[in-house]
Amino acid sequence: MCGNEALAESAIIAGCDAYFGYPITPQNEVTAYMSRRMPEEGRVFVQSESELAAINMVFGASATGKRAMTSSSSPGISLMQEGISYLAGAELPAVVVNVMRGGPGLGNIAPSQGDYFQATRGGGHGDYRTIVLGPSSVQELVDCMPLAFDLADQYRMPVVVLADGILGQMMEPIVFHEKLGRDLPSKDWALTGAEGREQNIVRSLWLGEGVLEKFNYKLQAKYKQIQKDEVLCEQFKIDDAEIVVVAYGIAARIVRGAVDKAREEGIKAGWIRPITLWPFPAEQISRAAEQFRIFLTVEMSLGQMVEDVKLAVAGKAPVLFYGRAGGGIPTVEEILDKIKELQIRPKTQYAIRDTQYK
Amino acid sequence: MKAIFTRTPTFKDCPTHYCPGCGHGIAHRLIAETIDELGIHGRTIGIAPVGCAVLAYNYLDVDMVEVAHGRAPAVATGMKRTNPDKIIFSYQGDGDLAAIGTAEIIHAAHRAEQITVIFINNAVFGMTGGQMAPTTTVGQVTATTQKGRNTKGEGYPLQVSELLAVLPGAIYVERCALSGPAQIRKSKKAVKHAFELQANGAEGLSLVELLSPCPTYWRMSPAKAMEWIEKEMTKPFPLGKLKG
Repeated sequence: MCGNEALAESAIIAGCDAYFGYPITPQNEVTAYMSRRMPEEGRVFVQSESELAAINMVFGASATGKRAMTSSSSPGISLMQEGISYLAGAELPAVVVNVMRGGPGLGNIAPSQGDYFQATRGGGHGDYRTIVLGPSSVQELVDCMPLAFDLADQYRMPVVVLADGILGQMMEPIVFHEKLGRDLPSKDWALTGAEGREQNIVRSLWLGEGVLEKFNYKLQAKYKQIQKDEVLCEQFKIDDAEIVVVAYGIAARIVRGAVDKAREEGIKAGWIRPITLWPFPAEQISRAAEQFRIFLTVEMSLGQMVEDVKLAVAGKAPVLFYGRAGGGIPTVEEILDKIKELQIRPKTQYAIRDTQYK
Repeated sequence: MKAIFTRTPTFKDCPTHYCPGCGHGIAHRLIAETIDELGIHGRTIGIAPVGCAVLAYNYLDVDMVEVAHGRAPAVATGMKRTNPDKIIFSYQGDGDLAAIGTAEIIHAAHRAEQITVIFINNAVFGMTGGQMAPTTTVGQVTATTQKGRNTKGEGYPLQVSELLAVLPGAIYVERCALSGPAQIRKSKKAVKHAFELQANGAEGLSLVELLSPCPTYWRMSPAKAMEWIEKEMTKPFPLGKLKG
């Protein structure tokens, strides 16, 4: 069972009522798996005519109170941005899995982390956020699915699971868990037919003067709560580290190897791995920056999450970057070399200049 | 005294935002009457489009959702597949259904989705200021065809109902008009039949196209607009049953 199939099965265990999707590499195993398993479970699978249709089918199922999801890869996720904005505006829960590939444009089908901006900034229009989970192993991808559904239902908003082509295709031993069992609010807003009650309306249009502004403040209050309560991140040997490597997803797996090797060679390195990319673990990184350290952000892009790291560090320490793009995958050796390079330079140099490539 | 006619309960008792002489109010009432006559009020979910009818939920007292431009048939698919016992209808204008949403309506019909579509064709984009729609007639003056629609470069009126009627998944397609009492009675019959098919579990999509007046952007009086439907609009859009 590859990562794509594992996340699909995990979604089914998490109570996904409906899956809507359109073929795109490297996530086709999700669609194929769902086409077989969802009907077996008496649930809904529809292969849509486009990603636009898929996200709107999710919108429809979700508006009736059902747990719905879609999956795609980068170009397809671009097409879904309109729908994601509408989901955010209508306060509808949904789970969107992006098995990222190289871009821009048609790009290639190799793994990438080039959609960090799109996922965390919201590629759609309007003042909204989506929760973004960045798993770094197949097990974590599996664990993300029930969490994503629960967060979506709890906060009534779309949740993005940001995976990549490696996670989607990789096979690792996994354990499926039953539901998390969060206390979730009842879906009394859902469209179920106005039998014996007032009509329910699911909408995102607010024309009255000041009404939309008020609604935006309501969304912001929700987002603040999420930033307070839902940050997830993992840290390793930060206490005595002189170099802190920040990475997420599959890149963090490679960083882990590089930092282990650096430690073996007596270099005081550690790592911070954001699991929630939004809300971003800004506080954890800010705390780590209170002592003078060098931060190195490693991504499979040419510098996206590094902006969040810099915002969190807020000038208290130098933040450097190493990345590969367009399907390039950094090796343990490349990252180790970069760590060593940082280690021997005098501290004063880093504040002025960022190194950006190998 | 005994009341011999009352407002159908699903049609809310409030003024609408529609322009004088607009057809949306008539179409809404036909849907509301149908819902009440079929006794499906408690299990009906409606989908409002982007366009003048985006606020349809202010007038129709059923559960309703407002969706992205043109995507109503996809939203309806998500709703009906997960709630086969509910009656799902979309209410879409010609910009919504015949321009930006052509892929969604064709594929919903192609998959034989068990939904009902009420398609309001008034030959213009109403809400945005009377621009050319795919359904604008040849020579018709609009905000974006100021010398009249010229087939060279602007094409011909798009007959979506005819396109849909050839698909096996569309089981009932009829074009009616809201141009006077006789035509409105025929429209009512068609709308009711379309809903009935879904309520009876018929395996496919039912669609009623209603030629509807837009006096504001046709720049004529409401009475003239009604005449224009019968004289001009029915040329590219002949009335009658296309399927089923």
